[in-house]
Amino acid sequence: MANTHEIQFGEAAARASRAAEDLPDLQGEKMVLNMGPSHPSTHGVLRIILELDGETITKATPDVGYLHRGDEKIAENMTWNQFVPYTDRLDYLAPMANNVAYALAVEKLFGIQDKLPPRCQYIRTICCELSRISSHLLGIGCFAMDVGALTVFLLTFTEREKVYNLQEALTGARLTTSYTRIGGVARDLPPGWVEQCRKFLSEVVININEVATLLDRNRIWVDRTRDVGVIPKDVAIDYGLTGPNLRGSGVDFDLRKKQPYLIYKDLDFDVPLGSVGDCYDRYLVRMEEMRQSVNLVRQCLDKLPGGADNKSKEPVSIQDGKITLPPKGKVLSSMEELIHQFMIVTTGVNAPVGEVYFGHENPKGELGFYINSRGGGTPYRLKIRAPSFVNLSVLPYLLPGHLMSDTVSILGSLDFVMGECDR
Amino acid sequence: MATSLELAQQLKAKFGDLISEPAEFRGELTVTIADAQRIGEVAAFCKAELGFDYLVDASGVDNYGEDPRWSLAYELFSTTKNVYLRLKTHVSEEKGELPTVSNVWRTADWHEREVYDMMGVRFIGHPDLRRILMWEGYPYHPLRKDFPLAGKPTELPEVAFSKTTPMEGGPFVTVSGGKDSAAREPRIRIPED
Repeated sequence: MANTHEIQFGEAAARASRAAEDLPDLQGEKMVLNMGPSHPSTHGVLRIILELDGETITKATPDVGYLHRGDEKIAENMTWNQFVPYTDRLDYLAPMANNVAYALAVEKLFGIQDKLPPRCQYIRTICCELSRISSHLLGIGCFAMDVGALTVFLLTFTEREKVYNLQEALTGARLTTSYTRIGGVARDLPPGWVEQCRKFLSEVVININEVATLLDRNRIWVDRTRDVGVIPKDVAIDYGLTGPNLRGSGVDFDLRKKQPYLIYKDLDFDVPLGSVGDCYDRYLVRMEEMRQSVNLVRQCLDKLPGGADNKSKEPVSIQDGKITLPPKGKVLSSMEELIHQFMIVTTGVNAPVGEVYFGHENPKGELGFYINSRGGGTPYRLKIRAPSFVNLSVLPYLLPGHLMSDTVSILGSLDFVMGECDR
Repeated sequence: MATSLELAQQLKAKFGDLISEPAEFRGELTVTIADAQRIGEVAAFCKAELGFDYLVDASGVDNYGEDPRWSLAYELFSTTKNVYLRLKTHVSEEKGELPTVSNVWRTADWHEREVYDMMGVRFIGHPDLRRILMWEGYPYHPLRKDFPLAGKPTELPEVAFSKTTPMEGGPFVTVSGGKDSAAREPRIRIPED
């Protein structure tokens, strides 16, 4: 039989006075709040351990790794081309940009980056810039939704859907594109794709401007973002921030301009910079980058070698049997092509010995691959320098001193993806 | 504007034999620091005097079966001079540690935690050297070459996925050699057993 205890309750007034005696101790106490790993504003599985004094954050400890899949370990056990699908799953909001970044890194190791056919380079540039538009649309949409502007989310997601349709027409998949191969791209543009893309570009600018009218001078939006999460220039560089987060702080660093790859040096575009480095600046930078990307895609479509339907049969891959797969018809009829196909599929493209680092301006920042090769068809070590991982490392500096509710604005403005952060 | 070769030579002029001759591959310069325990002063000089204000990346490489076992590669970039330089250094398995550079570039904090987590190389003077991607208390360092792709069982109670994954995650590429396919498949091969 359970014991029963009689509890004596004092008068309500007596209890209140007793509570007041305890209160001074309570006021000095800090509360530890566990935010995430499943919180709507953490966009995935980021966990932040916040130490709060009332509403004010006094300490923030991010905890990452919930989505760790061991991509780098997996890469050591597969051929160069086999790893392309895994790059889709890094920043899964811009899979085509990851594909291109990885392919360029491996091609740098092979020393064939300059030998890519012009049409391939144009197509890859279009892919990167479409990814940038798609990623920023999501970034701004979710950012706005997290601080209460739901309409923006609906607008940007409608546009993103069209990018997915373009990706589907181009690669056969909406999300997991796996479009690049070492030495080229998987296939040429399908018929009608260029017109579909132009139509999208003319529609997306209208919606970008619509978003701007909804947010730019919106009192609530400005109050929630201006002077919140200010990252000074030197701190941004010290923490290794890249992409819009760095440029929002006013650092003129864009790999497309500083270390041009593909055809960026032939294209005309501006790099928007912020002045304060707060959440509002990062929002403005992303908005302008989308407009610049629309222009870039237009320029690429205009100059595309071979034109929309590629009547002149411009190649989209390097024509070298030791690097790219030969045409299937020849594999079945010619000995040399059969051997090339067999070698590429079974042992992988044979890499030289050496180590390279290639940084690519992804929508979220600098996506870099450090490749250490000892020859053969697999990397000896493939390190992925993920922009989201590095961008999140600024949180212990950035969050303290802000209100609890500012966390949502700051996380939204940093625009990270955990798939890439945790790898 | 100074090229990375000039900056590498300045570095060599300052530290002499500690710094190797710069090696070039695909337009990238790599200098090797002979004594890993002096990485701190080299890094500080690179940042303060040579203008390498941005540490892009730091990665560890496991040269399994060789001595020294660990290689560390630091990717430096100067936002003002727009040049890259790679610092490399080696740490033996017995030593297993080198000074941190997180006091030079704050971004090194997380990069070094990742190297520690994945390779087990320790960084002396690091403010918070904990695991970052794997969970606290996990006993292995998964990017070591002697850690099998399928994983290893752990004794940790209440931790999911503590068994090996026989049917998942491979094999992707078989290791060439005269053995039968079961011995060549990475998913089954457990080198330490």
